[in-house]
Parts: sequence; C-alpha cells; structure tokens
Amino acid sequence: MMQIDQGAVSEQIQYKSEVKNLSFFYGGFNALKNINMVLHDKKITALIGPSGCGKSTFLRCFNRMHDLYPGNRYQGEIILHPDNVNILAQNVDPIEVRMRISMVFQKPNPFPKSIYENVAYGLRVRGIKQRAILDECVESALRNSALWDEVKDRQHDLAFNLSGGQQQRLCIARALATDPEILLFDEPTSALDPIATASIEELITDLKNKVTILIVTHNMQQAARVSDYTAYMYLGELIEFNVTDTIFIKPKNKQTEDYITGRFG
Amino acid sequence: MAAESPDHMTDPGKLGYSIRRHLHERFIEVLLFLSAVLSVAIMLAIIVMLVKESVVFFQHVSLWDFLTDTQWTPLFDDAHYGILPLVAGTVVSSLIALLVALPLGTIIAIYLSEFAPFTIREISKPFLELLGGIPTVVYGYFALLFVTPMLQIIFPELPGFNLLSAGLVMGIMIIPYVSSMTEDAMRAVPMNLREGSYAMGATRLQTAIRVVMPAAFSGIAAAYILGISRAVGETMVVAIAAGMQPNLTWNPMEPAATITAYIVQVSLGDLPHGSIGYQTIFAAGLTLLILTLIFNIIGHLLRKRYREIY
Repeated sequence: MMQIDQGAVSEQIQYKSEVKNLSFFYGGFNALKNINMVLHDKKITALIGPSGCGKSTFLRCFNRMHDLYPGNRYQGEIILHPDNVNILAQNVDPIEVRMRISMVFQKPNPFPKSIYENVAYGLRVRGIKQRAILDECVESALRNSALWDEVKDRQHDLAFNLSGGQQQRLCIARALATDPEILLFDEPTSALDPIATASIEELITDLKNKVTILIVTHNMQQAARVSDYTAYMYLGELIEFNVTDTIFIKPKNKQTEDYITGRFG
Repeated sequence: MAAESPDHMTDPGKLGYSIRRHLHERFIEVLLFLSAVLSVAIMLAIIVMLVKESVVFFQHVSLWDFLTDTQWTPLFDDAHYGILPLVAGTVVSSLIALLVALPLGTIIAIYLSEFAPFTIREISKPFLELLGGIPTVVYGYFALLFVTPMLQIIFPELPGFNLLSAGLVMGIMIIPYVSSMTEDAMRAVPMNLREGSYAMGATRLQTAIRVVMPAAFSGIAAAYILGISRAVGETMVVAIAAGMQPNLTWNPMEPAATITAYIVQVSLGDLPHGSIGYQTIFAAGLTLLILTLIFNIIGHLLRKRYREIY
C-alpha cells in the first residue's frame, strides 16, 4: 500500500522524527491505522487528503494534544531524534513534548493579552522573567514571523486588534519564541484571504532551514508550493509518502493520482 | 382571477399590504415593550417611594447629623440618627463574607471548569446549587448555634452575637453564586484558546490563570459584583447572628447591626405610620440602595477598564 522513497531511507541520520506503526483511537473509533513515516530534519513535510482522512488527528499526535480529552488512545511510536525517545510513551510528560514541539492552529487563537505578552507566553510558562531575555526573544520571534515592522511601535496593544493574517503570524511568532525543534501547522491559512495566505506561505518557506515543519493542508497547490515531502492520507491510512515533486508529477499510487488530479476528493 | 389565499401569503403578481399582519406585529411589539418597561417602572417606583419618605425624614434630621453622628438610637428618648454604625456593620460583615466567598468561589470554579473530570463536575454542581437554595434563616441559626460556639473554642471571649460568625456564614452562603457564575464564564471560553496555551507547554493551572481567566474577565467581574450585592443586601443571617445592636465598630469580634438587620428589627415592631421612627426605615433603605449602586458602578468601570487592556 505504502511506498517510501529508497533514497530517503538511506539518509537515516537526517530524520528528525520516525513514526512507527502508529494507530490512534477516539474511544472505539480507529482514526489512524498503522502509519509509518519519517520527518526529515529542517524540511517541510505536507499532509494532504480529503476531509476526515485523519491528517489533523495525525498532526495532533506529535504534541500529544489528544491527551487533553478523555477516551483517546495511541498505539505505536513516534520517535523524536536526536534523543531517540518515543514521545507517545506513558512515562513521557506531554508538557515536555510540547516544550519542544510547537503548534499553529487552523483559526488564529491569540490570547486576550498584548502582542508582546502573546509572544512571551511560552517563555513565561517556562519561568523566564528577565526583561532583557524576554525583550530579545520577542523581537526575534516577531522578526522571524515578518511582523516586527508592523507592530514594533504597538507591542503593548491588545492582540485582538490585529487583522486575521497578522493574528496568524502572531501565533507563528508565539510558537517560534521558544525555539521549537518541530513546528506543526494545522491548516494555517484556511481562515485567511489570499494575500494573507501568500504571506504565511512565504513565512513557512523562510522557516524551512531553521526548524522541521509538518503542515496539514487542504490546498494541494499549497502543499506543492511549500513542501519538500508530501504524504497522502485516506481513511486513516497513509497511502503514499514521497518527495513532493514525485507525488505531484508521477505518483506511484492510483488513489493518490486520482486525488491530486481532482478526480476524487 | 387569483384564488383567495390566507392573508399571510401573497398572491403571485400581487404584492400587497396586510393590515392584519401589520396590527399583529404592532401588538407583539407593544407587549414586549410593556414587559421591558415594567421592570424599569418598578425600579423607579421603589426609588420614588424611598426618596419621598426620606425627604420627610431629612426635614427632621439634618443630612450632616445623619452622616456624621456616631450613634443610631432613633427609638430612644435621647434619639440619635447617625447612619455610620449601621454602615460599619454592613461593611465589616460584607468584607468578611467576601473574603470567604470570592477566593473560595473562584478556586471552586477553576477546579470545576479546568480540572474536574466530567462525572465529578456533574455530581458536584447540583450540590453546590443546593447550597444556594437553603433558606437564609437556616444559615442564620447555623451561624448562631454552630459556628459561633466553634469560634468560641478558639476565641473564648467572643460574644454570642458577633459580626465574624455572621460574615463567615454569609460567605459560605454566597459561594455557590460566585462559583457557578464564574465557572459558566470560564467554560464559555473557546477550547481553541486553551489548546493554544497547552500547545505552548503550559500546565492546567497556568492555562486556567493566564489564559482562561483573563478571557472570561467580564463574566467573572459580573459574578463578583453579584456576590458583593448579595453580601451587602443579606438580612436574615446578620439579623440572627450579629445581634441587631447598632454599634460603631470595625472589630468583627463585636456584636453590631447592619442596615438590613435594622430595617427588619424596626419593621417587626409596632411603629406608628408617619412617625420619625417609621421614616428611618426609608432613610436606611435609601442608604443601602446607594451603597449597592456604588458597587455596581465600580464593577462597571472595572469591566470597562479591563476590556480595554485585554
């Protein structure tokens, strides 16, 4: 069913994370079925597939978001390198995982705080209080999310006063401020207009060499534009995973081809 | 010719104007308007009554004496009409009640909204609400006959009637109001804000205090203001347990009367209508109304200010 690029397997050292036989259950519902995949270090991996195929569910396994709700169950492993630790293991604290793997959500969700405090949030929950460190990290995160020039003179304004696109870039800045190793994006542009979408995409591309990125998207052009690797999922299964160009130009699986060419999904 | 149709439908090609529908709409509108006016009208009637009777009172007693005299003995031969002892009793008992109710109510709300598993929440909420359904007179005797003797073990010189015991029990009584409204406000905060906080590596407590509570601020402020109004306006507990003697003191270990306790005490006696003693009820009532109004205005300003920051 599933094919992994042989060339990719040989560069084992470059993996940031390996997913091994991952299944996931919402109560009795088997939402993910035996997924095997890798995240290449400092590359962008896109997850595509029709609604309900489990791509968001898969993404949310990486920061143990499912632990927040009762009745959810993981099976299998997600190995995080260089530690070589299974982040789904019972004895791994989800808070520790989330300290290293950040997430940006579908709908911008700034906190009811100032722009500055939104970005500083992750540092503050880590107990950092020194003003100089906070100032420096906030500025660098805002620069990295291409928001600095727009907000540098009103950092203490309420974040809700920003536009939708700016709010989403603020959420990216918030996720970047703690210097995460993996950044998860759950359809980050689906609530935004085309111009804001373009700026977010540009930003994600710029981040590529700094952090490992996993992005869920509904938009196949977006996957083709920004990602290095693409995984196609259907009904909780990983159908095909490969270099993005291969997936979009000559997919090996008929189902993938049907989805990509718009005959299905 | 078009077939006759019910008047709520329009014949094709014939846009008309239905007088019946118009009148029906007007009727509903007037009915809704009247119900809205009714509550305002009752409020105005109460104010007019209080002010009218108070005016008569202030023809006998100067406003200066009312506000500065340190004794309240309107029914004695040597009558004094200083409201301060009653205000002091009200403020002290309310402060004690709020010191109990606001922190505990908030902590309970945080637990129920952010920590408690579904089953515990579903079981404990009705019990908490039951606490709010107990008649206040029961709380009064609970304070007098249970809490005061318990306190006397710790403070042997505590008199049988005191503000401390009344305030503590009043606080317990107000907890469900504060916790229930605070919890509702917190649970109304969208899940995606919480997820955003958890995704940054925050703990449950950090999420509750740093994200959920600020997001629910206006609802929480409304809960606190309701709690304050309840404390200031509460009657039976203080009338029973604090001893109905006007006493200018800020010491909770002493007996004292609150404004409400005085009104109850005097209304129970057989005061002749129109006497000065009778009019004191209205002057005291007006003071209480103004006091409550001040708290409401403070709450309103607070809410407005914090809305701007957040």
